[in-house]
Amino acid sequence: MFYREAGQFKATYAEDSQIFPIRQDRIGMAIILLVAFVAVPLFASPYYFSAILIPFLIFALATLGLNILTGYAGQLSLGTAAFMAVGAFASYNFMLRIDGMPILIAFMLSGLCAAAVGIVFGLPSLRIRGFYLAASTLATQFFIVWCLTKIGWFTNYSSSGVITAQQIEILGYAFDTPMSKYLFVLIVVSVMALLAKNMVRSNTGRSWMAIRDMDMAAEVIGFRPMRTKLLAFAVSSFYCGVAGALYAYAYLGTVEPEGFSIEMSFRILFMVIIGGIGSVLGSFLGSAFIVLLPTALNVMFHFLEKDLGLELPSGISSSVELMVFGALIIFFLIVEPHGLARLWQIGKEKLRLWPFPH
Amino acid sequence: MDTGRKIGDVILSFENISLSFGGVKALTNIGFDVREHEIRAIIGPNGAGKSSMLNVINGVYHPQEGEIIFHGKHRRDMNTYESAKSGIARTFQNIALFKGMSVLDNIMTGRNLKMKSNFLLDAIYWGPARREEIEHRKKVEEIIDFLEIQHIRKTPVGRLAYGLQKRVELGRALAAEPSILLLDEPMAGMNVEEKQDMCRFILDVNDQLGTTIVLIEHDMGVVMDISDRVVVLDYGKKIGDGTPDEVRTNRDVINAYLGVAH
Amino acid sequence: MQFFLEVLLGGLLSGIMYSLVALGFVLIYKASGVFNFAQGAMVFFAALTAVGLHDMGLSLWLAVPLTMAIMIVLAVAIEKIVLRPLVNQAEITLFMVTIGLTFFIEGLAQAIWGASVRKLELGIEDVPLEFLLDNAGIAISQFDLVAAGIAFVLVAALAIFFSKTKVGRALRAVADDHQAALSIGIPLQQIWVIVWGVAGFVALVAGLLWGARNGVQFALTFVALKALPVLILGGFTSVPGAIVGGLIIGASEKLAEVFLGPYVGGGIEGWFPYVLALLFLLVRPEGLFGEKIIRRI
Ligand SMILES: Nc1ncnc2c1ncn2[C@@H]1O[C@H](COP(=O)(O)OP(=O)(O)O)[C@@H](O)[C@H]1O
Ligand SMILES: [Mg+2]
Repeated sequence: MFYREAGQFKATYAEDSQIFPIRQDRIGMAIILLVAFVAVPLFASPYYFSAILIPFLIFALATLGLNILTGYAGQLSLGTAAFMAVGAFASYNFMLRIDGMPILIAFMLSGLCAAAVGIVFGLPSLRIRGFYLAASTLATQFFIVWCLTKIGWFTNYSSSGVITAQQIEILGYAFDTPMSKYLFVLIVVSVMALLAKNMVRSNTGRSWMAIRDMDMAAEVIGFRPMRTKLLAFAVSSFYCGVAGALYAYAYLGTVEPEGFSIEMSFRILFMVIIGGIGSVLGSFLGSAFIVLLPTALNVMFHFLEKDLGLELPSGISSSVELMVFGALIIFFLIVEPHGLARLWQIGKEKLRLWPFPH
Repeated sequence: MDTGRKIGDVILSFENISLSFGGVKALTNIGFDVREHEIRAIIGPNGAGKSSMLNVINGVYHPQEGEIIFHGKHRRDMNTYESAKSGIARTFQNIALFKGMSVLDNIMTGRNLKMKSNFLLDAIYWGPARREEIEHRKKVEEIIDFLEIQHIRKTPVGRLAYGLQKRVELGRALAAEPSILLLDEPMAGMNVEEKQDMCRFILDVNDQLGTTIVLIEHDMGVVMDISDRVVVLDYGKKIGDGTPDEVRTNRDVINAYLGVAH
Repeated sequence: MQFFLEVLLGGLLSGIMYSLVALGFVLIYKASGVFNFAQGAMVFFAALTAVGLHDMGLSLWLAVPLTMAIMIVLAVAIEKIVLRPLVNQAEITLFMVTIGLTFFIEGLAQAIWGASVRKLELGIEDVPLEFLLDNAGIAISQFDLVAAGIAFVLVAALAIFFSKTKVGRALRAVADDHQAALSIGIPLQQIWVIVWGVAGFVALVAGLLWGARNGVQFALTFVALKALPVLILGGFTSVPGAIVGGLIIGASEKLAEVFLGPYVGGGIEGWFPYVLALLFLLVRPEGLFGEKIIRRI
């Protein structure tokens, strides 16, 4: 009864094209933001910030990046982590080599670096499609990680290849507690999510989806495939790049090139599939799901071992984790290809009709 | 049918167009012209090369031989972007809508060349991008009203019935406000009622907006009814060209097409 | 010159192994239009199962056929549970589903057999062939030679199976036209099971050979990543393409590593094949032997 759009008439196209045309959705969003910005900082413990909330937000951003490319523009990529690596190492070098570099500018520039790399590696998409392209993005993955490992300059010749991110400091304020880092990440991610939402609901987004759904027809009505695809690669890589920088600066603190492995790329792809291909909201849902899953499994194994006294072989939890990931991907692709985001929508529609079945 | 609209000069013509795919000759030495404001039909049995001809017109296919004269300019072939830019829009034989998008968004894509916003403005949205979006939305709503599809504007096109999809595709083409509209079997697979609607839309567009229309259609009744001139293709060759009456009485045409197919 | 030859031969020999794995991909792709990313996981699963059974006291003569039976069960399960509900889905969806399959199979293998590296003895020694060493001064491992020989026989057998037998032709027909295949009288589902079964067999052989060389371990799954550039080069639908592509990739990656590597810090084996394949792709998007793609609308 509470979730109703009946009686809310849109008098103008402006009202109809808001992000949340339905009032209850607007209220819901306001509550979520309020919780994220106020309630969570008041009540969460440092563990939650650094082990769950910060990685959740950062991976949501990376997932959003991949979603722009794969979900909206239809170009499958298996090299997401590599673009994150570019972002992480680029900001490290900007901060290291330019005196007084403001951190936000460094993050922007590192995003742009990732975008440039994305454009270069997106070039094959003009000739090749589908999993041919996926295979070529694997090349990106291997090549970039190799470059970062082999070319000492990128890691400032650190012998182990590990870099330590500088402190995040804005106008003299140091973001050094888990909570302040969380808030910093939250702001960056919220703003970028809003920008992404705006892009996908206007002509830019339509050009991506047109190329995705029917590239020949898109071409015939005047979208230029080259521009459109490369723009998707650039924007997507920008998002991944910034996510990578946050990953290094606000989450781990120290990173090495090998940390941005192909497994990480896959993990982010899974977030896209489970959360919802072609959905901004889905990027967040997918990230939350995959970040929480190992924790949930651990709790479960803990319960089995300690409380039920079961004797489990060592290493079983990581094997089971792999199996659960795989099974979930298969399940979602078969049963609900649009992921959690669609389930959420269906839930809302049910709510709209409630308590009357029709 | 005579509405006082004036058929103008030749705006598009073809000379000796030949197109082949590997060994298959899809078009051989085709030549014909299209006049401004007319409804020009292309007919012929399946595989005659009709769709290929449309693909040549808007630059999807590039003929190996021949010449295209468009707005007085001689050229070897067209390219998709330029032809869209110069006002050629089309629908496809096998519906080529963007399946993951709503009716509204599909038709909005038709306006992309008229939109000046870029991805940065789009990302910020408030301001120019929003103004533009709303302005074009108005135009699109006009088309939605014209095609009588208000009730499905937010529906994903994949869920629509075939006939409605064809209508949406016409809407997407119309959104570009084209000067030449290419329609590839717009009435295929429709029932009588739907066909009548579609005919009405085509005639209205031609009549009220003066849009030149090149139409491929199998329904002879419709073709004879609404077209000004007809080209007949068979096995990639032109075997007839003229007014519906001339074509109807043409021996070759009767033998090759009318007699066999219907 | 001798050194060059040695590297080249070594590369070609491992190239045949790549061909073998790539062939697994081609088989499945031709018959079901699925690009099976899980092929590498299948290699790992098969090898680990065979070794696991062997370590439990079964002789290899028993363990290997038993593993093959398990691979067939796996093929049936995949067809029933994963592929059937996804008939007529976009290629890219099918591709993603096989990524899920990859994780599942890898997890399953480790859940059953544990994650530690296992040794496998096939009874062929990994020593330079004396004959070649004495006469030409080229050091080629006896093991590599035998492995390549086995792989070669298998590749040849499959190529013949595909082009000469009735079932093989039916499989090809499926790739071209599902309707036509049905008219031959073999149900599609059955064909898929056969193909996945054969791919399982190929995975088993590849897994045993590679596992005997480097130990049966998780790294076996990376074989799939090696096979990808081979496929790009050879085309996803071509058996000869897989063979030639494998040889080219095998030889060029070893040559590049040995002769180019030192200048750039080494370790370029990981990406060099990809870059090579990509450059090639830009020139010929359909691969060496692949069928030309004509886009229609
Ligand atoms: N992209 C293409 N690749 C190969 N052959 C094509 C292609 N497009 C059209 N053809 C061939 O050209 C011929 C004419 O086809 P088409 O123009 O679609 O005929 P129609 O529209 O009159 O039925 C047919 O033989 C068809 O197979
Ligand atoms: Mg046609």
